[in-house]
This record gives sequence, structure tokens and C-alpha cells, in this order.
Amino acid sequence: MAEVHTQHYEEVDTLIEDQGYDDHFHDHHHGDKYQSNFITHYIFSMDHKIIARQFLITGMFWAIIGAGMSIIFRLQLGFPEENLAWLQPLLGKWIVVNEAGIGTLSPEFYYALVTMHGTIIVFFVLTAGLSGTFSNLLIPLQLGARDMASPFLNMLSYWFFFLASIVMFYSLFLSTGPFSGGWTAYPPLSALPQASTGSGAGMTLWLVSLVFFVVSVLLGGINYITTVLNLRTKGMSLWRMPLTIWAFLITAIIGLLSFPVLVSGFFLLMFDRGLGTSFYLSDIFIAGQALDYVGGSPILYQHLFWFLGHPEVYIIILPAMGIVSEVISVHSRKPIFGYKAMVFSMLAIAFLSFIVWAHHMFMAGVNPFISNFFVVFTLIIAVPSAVKVFNWIGTLYKGNLRLNTPMLFGIGFVSMFISGGLTGIFLGNSAIDIQMHDTYFVVAHFHIVMGVAAFFGMFAGVYHWFPKMFGRFMNSTLGKIHFWGTLIGAYAVFWPMHYIGMAGVPRRYYRFDNFEAFGEFAEMNQFITIAAIVVFAVQILFVINFFYSIWYGKKMTTQNPWEATTLEWSTPIEPIHGNWPGKLPVVHRWAYDYNKDEREYVPQYVPMTEEEAKEEAH
Amino acid sequence: MTILITILSIVLLTVVVVQIGKVTELAAKLRGEEVAEQESYNRAGVWLLLFGVAFLVLCIWSAWHYKNYMLGYGPHEAASAHGGQLDTLFTTTLFFTGIVFILTQAALFWFSYVYKRDPNRRATFISHDNRLEIIWTIVPAIVMAILVINGLVAWNDVMADVGEDEEYIEIEATGYQFAWTIRYPGADGKLGAKDFRLIDLGNNPLGQDWTDPKNHDDFHANEIVLPVGKKIRVRITSRDVLHNFYLPHFRVKMDAVPGIPTYFVFTPEKTTEDYRQMLKEYEEYQVPTDPEDPESEPKWKTFNYELACAELCGQGHYSMRKLVRIVSEEEYKNWLTTQPSWYQQNIRNTDADPYSGEELPTDPEKEMEEAVPADNEEMISE
Repeated sequence: MAEVHTQHYEEVDTLIEDQGYDDHFHDHHHGDKYQSNFITHYIFSMDHKIIARQFLITGMFWAIIGAGMSIIFRLQLGFPEENLAWLQPLLGKWIVVNEAGIGTLSPEFYYALVTMHGTIIVFFVLTAGLSGTFSNLLIPLQLGARDMASPFLNMLSYWFFFLASIVMFYSLFLSTGPFSGGWTAYPPLSALPQASTGSGAGMTLWLVSLVFFVVSVLLGGINYITTVLNLRTKGMSLWRMPLTIWAFLITAIIGLLSFPVLVSGFFLLMFDRGLGTSFYLSDIFIAGQALDYVGGSPILYQHLFWFLGHPEVYIIILPAMGIVSEVISVHSRKPIFGYKAMVFSMLAIAFLSFIVWAHHMFMAGVNPFISNFFVVFTLIIAVPSAVKVFNWIGTLYKGNLRLNTPMLFGIGFVSMFISGGLTGIFLGNSAIDIQMHDTYFVVAHFHIVMGVAAFFGMFAGVYHWFPKMFGRFMNSTLGKIHFWGTLIGAYAVFWPMHYIGMAGVPRRYYRFDNFEAFGEFAEMNQFITIAAIVVFAVQILFVINFFYSIWYGKKMTTQNPWEATTLEWSTPIEPIHGNWPGKLPVVHRWAYDYNKDEREYVPQYVPMTEEEAKEEAH
Repeated sequence: MTILITILSIVLLTVVVVQIGKVTELAAKLRGEEVAEQESYNRAGVWLLLFGVAFLVLCIWSAWHYKNYMLGYGPHEAASAHGGQLDTLFTTTLFFTGIVFILTQAALFWFSYVYKRDPNRRATFISHDNRLEIIWTIVPAIVMAILVINGLVAWNDVMADVGEDEEYIEIEATGYQFAWTIRYPGADGKLGAKDFRLIDLGNNPLGQDWTDPKNHDDFHANEIVLPVGKKIRVRITSRDVLHNFYLPHFRVKMDAVPGIPTYFVFTPEKTTEDYRQMLKEYEEYQVPTDPEDPESEPKWKTFNYELACAELCGQGHYSMRKLVRIVSEEEYKNWLTTQPSWYQQNIRNTDADPYSGEELPTDPEKEMEEAVPADNEEMISE
């Protein structure tokens, strides 16, 4: 067995050496001086593969914190009467213990947890952790590039993310608490320290952290776009790129166009907070005092925020879609169904994502006439989304599916995307949104479609490319437990929320028993909390598996363990700086030649046979 | 000690988990990795099929079980004129999405099971199928078009402001941290001008301008009382941060924005008593209100409409409740007579009264004239 693999290994190398493109990379040795010691190799590294790992591990750190927070506020929602004094060593004064020794979570901190959970998961985990990890890892490897266009900017991109992380982490320990006005940070609540304790220093640090974060996204994005457009190896035309690369390219473009708008919104908010301007504030009487602000509009902030906020959900989901397309195709041993339709639907989604932002604001006091346009564009997005779903299912049809862990997560992704996407059709219709807006129905919708689904995409990617990152496999038994626990658990958490939302229960409530109409769901809330704890425990299993496998996992003995066609599997098992030891591979075909003829799969670097060339010419 | 035990159990768990991983890997090696892998695919295929079936069955069962929480079903019937329209739209959407949901999920899990790896079979090379792709682009597009058209018709209908010659009652809801103030226009049917700079928490919580005669009969109510069958225009304002005026039973929701008054027009169609009678039919409302006291009133009898806040406004967001009572027209008129005007009760002949010691300007002509500038101002700011 081993001999066969070595043989194959040599074959690939010989092929690339024969056919490859000589870019005189190793004549200069310019890469190696940065790799000379531990600090430049593992910490301030400019190698895209190391930076990818840095993004991934930082993202995992934040995921544990963000998910852990949700467990604490779920305890409050599921068991409002339970004694939480045991959390006091962790949360200190935010657990208020009464004379009878019964500890309760303070409402301020409840809202801080809800806010931080959203901010952390949306930005730090599903933007940086997902797109940051896989764009960095795969763009150069799948395109046949030595590294990113600017390795230095790439390094800066990570370190700005790190800086943002430090600031946000610090804000968790403020005596006034972290920001607590919701991850959307609507003013005036976020603008006025009088309105909420978290809107003081907590909000200042929140804004500073996110500005750093946007810098990180922009540096990364510019790099990804430049690399994709300029550093593709010979023969890698745009229409031969794997869907992962298409997804990362489109994601980066969306990010580059929308994140600056968010920052401009943040700057105006900072001015209102610190310099006495009235961009967002008007006619406010608070804490016994009429404030001087006149003429501003809180709705302006919402426009600026959602101009990023909506594209942001696609920034999160598109990379997951790309990863899943790739994983499903490889493990089905079939080309992705409708490759061009997949690309065009991603482009359509990206374009539409810029003209639907106000569907978050149907009930915000904007002119109802304007909403007509946003309803139309929003519901049009359902069409390319539906096309993608049908194409994934079409890919499975008549395949020969290896149901291993990455594939299972890919299938889980599709299931989640269907379930969560369909509820979007309710919410995008403004008339139904009158009742559904800001209820648990919305919570169920976006958690399934962009939270859980994006996590599934990320897990599929981690299990699939773990061998590429660490030269070993993750344990598949633990992976399967992880998959089934997450799939069943996530549905158990979020499915019941649809019913709670249909009954009209608003989100972001600290407790429900003040209202007759909302207090009926005590048992269901307990069930959700228990399910959430189980899901969280299962994720810990993933983390253990991840770190255990880095050092003790089953070793990768072949270059191309999944028998995939893309270029990353033609690099040596031991990753090297510059990715290919000699020449760069030259690409002769698209990324999906599975079972096309007598060959089970044909990698992209394999030249066309005469027959194929003839066919192509026609 | 607790911490020590927690840490120890986590460590122990980790060790157990890692051992499980190791053992399965070893076992796989012993049996031959190919064989072990193929077995695991077979197992996973069966599990996916089972999951798919169980998932769909549970979805349908739970939808049936919780149908009484769905819009327009059972006790969650809309209590306003426009509510039924939205509920129908919800049902239509549920119908179409339900079909798509079942078909796609079924296909996903069925294909996963049927096409699980078989070492003796090869996958079929199918890269695309233009006809199929056109069909599954056009069909969703048509369904979407139907939903959009229905939705927009309903939306523009519901959100339309009152017409010029329409009869309606206007009330004002002002949100603040963490409650609502409800202002009624009094006998003249018009809300007086207000300015946030005039707010005085004790005497003038809304900042009403007492030089505006329209303010003299305005009163603040402890609860929202409205006559059935009359068109209501709620002017929604906020004193500090964003709030949201949310009447779940009436399908009414609109943000309260400081500086920008918003509105929502609706017509209550069921009095509180009507709604109670409707709830009486349902088992879940026949249980005692207080589960500990079987002698307490049944739930339907104590039912009340409620006003809630649906936009995060700070740490008391979850507690901004106000009672809503829908009554017969006669009852409403009686109730109006019991509500003293804020001006008469708290301001008249105090230092804050601009007409202190004088007669109030009551001449309707004069009142009209004075009202014009204030009205204009309001319109501009709206």
C-alpha cells in the first residue's frame, strides 16, 4: 500500500516538474529569512498557511467564549428561578445573591451577554474565523500561488484582528460591564452612557475594537482579491477556479465595499458620543435632563449599519457555501452540479445583498413606500439561493458518497440552509414581518441559516482540510459524535423557537413572566436550554479532537488522501514555504473532473488527452 | 472544592474521549481501514435516512401540536381588522415553503442514503442539465412573485395613513425607560403640541406646551382603552431611546423614535370580552390562572390584551407592559368622562400655567387660528 502511495507521490512531482511553470522562486531564497526562528515562523509569520491557522485558533477561542455566554443567558431564560450563586466565582458582582443565598443574573449583564454573544460570533468567529482561515489557506494553494500577493499585509490583517480581540476581551472585565445594547448597537441607547451602564466605557471599547477589526478585514480582503486576480498559475482561468475560490473572491469584494460604510457609521457615532454632534440624536430627555441634541436621526445609523449588516450575512455564508460545494463534490465523486449556475447565483446573491438592507428596518419608522423595493429585492434572493440548494442535492444524485465527517457536515449544512432559508421568505415579506419582527421567529431564522449553517460549513472545511493544515487526520469517531450531536442538538435548540416566535414572544427579553401573552413557554425554554448545553458540550469534544489530532492524529501518508482534483493536494505532505518544492503546477482543466471517463478522478494539473482536447475545441 | 471537582471531571472526560478515539482507530487498523471505512459509510447512510424521516415526522407533528400558536389559528386569532390579512399571508407562505421544505429535505436525506458509497459502483458524471436548471429557477421565481404581490398589496393596505376625510381616533404612545405614557386628545379630538425641552418629570412628563389650547383637555391614561370597530391612529413617540409599540394580538408593531414621530393605524375588531369568550373554547385557557390555586379564575376570564416593547431599550426592556382594553363604544364614552385632563388637574392656576388667573381661550375660531402654526410644525417634523 505504502509503495503505491510513494509511487503516486513521485508521479505527481515528476508531472509538475515536467509540465510545470518555472517562476524561479527558489533562486532567490527570499522566503526563508523570515522563517529562521520560532517567533518569525509561528508568531509573526507571513506564510499564509500559518496565518490561516492563527485565524482558526483565535476564532475557536472566541467561539468557546461566545457560545459559553449563550449558555449562561440560556440558563436565565430556561431556569429563571434557579439559584445561580455557583456562577459567582466566574461572574462576580453580576450575580446578585440575595439574603436567602439565591443568586440571580443581573439584567444588565444578561443584556451584555446577549450583545457580546452576537458581536463575537458574527464578527470574530464567523467572519475572521471562517473566511480568514479558509481564504488564507486555500486561495494560494488552490490557485497554484506561492503565497498571498502581499504576505506582509496578510500578517498585519491577522494582527489587527488580534488587537481587536484584545480590546474586546478587555472590555469584558470593565466594572461597568461590556457593551449591552445589542450587537447592532442602535443609538440613542449606544450613544448615551445615561441610557445604560454598558454604553459608557464598554461601548467605547466595542467601537475601537470593531474599527480595528474592519481594518483587519480590509487588509485581508484586498489581499485575497489581488491574489485571485493576479497570482493564478498558468492555465488557471477564472472559469477553472474551484467554487471555494469564487466564494472567497466574492466575499472579499462584498467586504471591501460594505465594511467602510460601517466604519463611517461608527465614526459618526463616536462624534455624537464624544464631540457633541447630533448625527443620530434628537429630542432626548433622559435621566431627568433634556439634552442639547437636535435634528439627528437614529434611523440614519440603522441605514449605515445594515448597509454592512446585510452583506455581512453573505460574508459569513458564502465561504461556507464554497467550502460545502467543494466538500460535497469531492466526496460524492461527482462534479458539482451546475458549476456556472453556482457562480452566477453567488454573483447574483452578492449583488442583491447590497440593495436589501432596509428589510431589517421595515418596522423602524422608515417610509412604508420605500419598503416595497426592499421586499421585492429581498425575495428575489430566494431564487439564486434555491438554485444553489437544488444544485447541491443534484450533486448527490447518482454519486458514490463517502459519508465521512466532512461530507456529513456538508449534508448538514444543506439541511440547515434549507430550513433557515425558507423562514426568510416569511420575514422578507414586510406584511408578515409586522408581526414577526424582533420575535423569536427571527432568532430561529438567522441562527439556523447563518449561524448553525455557517458553523457546519466551517466544520466541513476543518475536517476536510485538517490533513492539509496539520498533516494528520481528525479522529472520525469523535467527528461523528460531534456531527450527530450538533445536527440534532441545533435543531432541538432552534426549531421550537419558531413556535415561540409565532406566538409573538419578543426576543431580547430577560424574563417572560411579566406578560400573560409571553409566559406560556416555560417548559419549552427549559428544553431549549438543556439542548443548548448538550450542543455546547459536543463542541468541546470537537476542540479536544482538534488539538489531540494536531499531535496524535492518524498521520497523512499520501499527498492526496481524498483523491481530489484541486491543486492543494499536489503539495508535499510536510508544508513548505512557497508551497511547491520546484516548479508551479500548470492547470489544464476545471476542478471537477470526477468519473468523467475511465479515470475515477483527474487532477487539474493533468494535461488533457487528445480526445479531451478535441472535445474542448468543439 | 467545587472548582477542583469540575476541573477533575473535565480532565477525566477528556481522557475518556481521547481513549475512545484511540480505540476506534486501533480497531479500524486491525480490521483493515478500507473495510472499517466502508462500514462507517453504510452506518452513516442508514443514520441519515433515519434522521431525515424522524426530522420530517417531528416537524409535521410539532406543527400540528403547536398549531394553536400559529398566526390565525386557534386562540392566536388576530383581534384587528387588518390582522386576518397578515395571517392569511402567513398561511399561504407556510403552504408553499412547507412543500419545498419537505421535498428538498426528503431528497437530501434520501439521496444521502441511496447513493452512499458502494465499492462496486461508480458515480455518474453529470455536470449540468440546462432544462432542469431553467425549471428550478423559474418555478421559485413564479412562487416568489405570487408571494411578493400578495405581500405588497397587504403591506400598502395596512401601512396606509388615515385619509383626509376619514373618521378616526388619534392617541399618542410615548415610550421611555421603562414604561409607556398614553395620551388621549380629549374632547376636541386633537393632541396638543409638545416639546421635549418643556419636560418636567413631576408636572409635565411629556413636555406639553400649555399655551396650546388643544392641550388643555388632553389626558394621560393608565391603560389603553379603545372602542371596538373604530379606526385608531396611534402616534408613536419616544422620550429617550428607541422603543417599539407592539400589540401582539392586533398585529401592530412600530418603532418609537426620538425626534421622529411614527404612526400605526388599526381597527380593533374584538372587545376584550369577545376575545375571552373565544378563548373559553380552548382547553389550555380553562385551567386556573394560578397553577397552585385550583380555586382561582380560569385563564380565559383573566385574559387581557397587552402592549409590549419590541426594540431593545436597556435593562428594563422586558418589563414595559401596559394593559389594553377594547370595549363597546358606549363603555368607551363613559370611560372618557372619568378621565380628568392633565392640565386641569395638575397645571391650572399653578406657576406653570400661562393662563394662570385668566380665562382659558375657549372660542373655537380662535382655537383654530392658534392651532395652525403648531400643526404646521408637527407636519414638518413628521
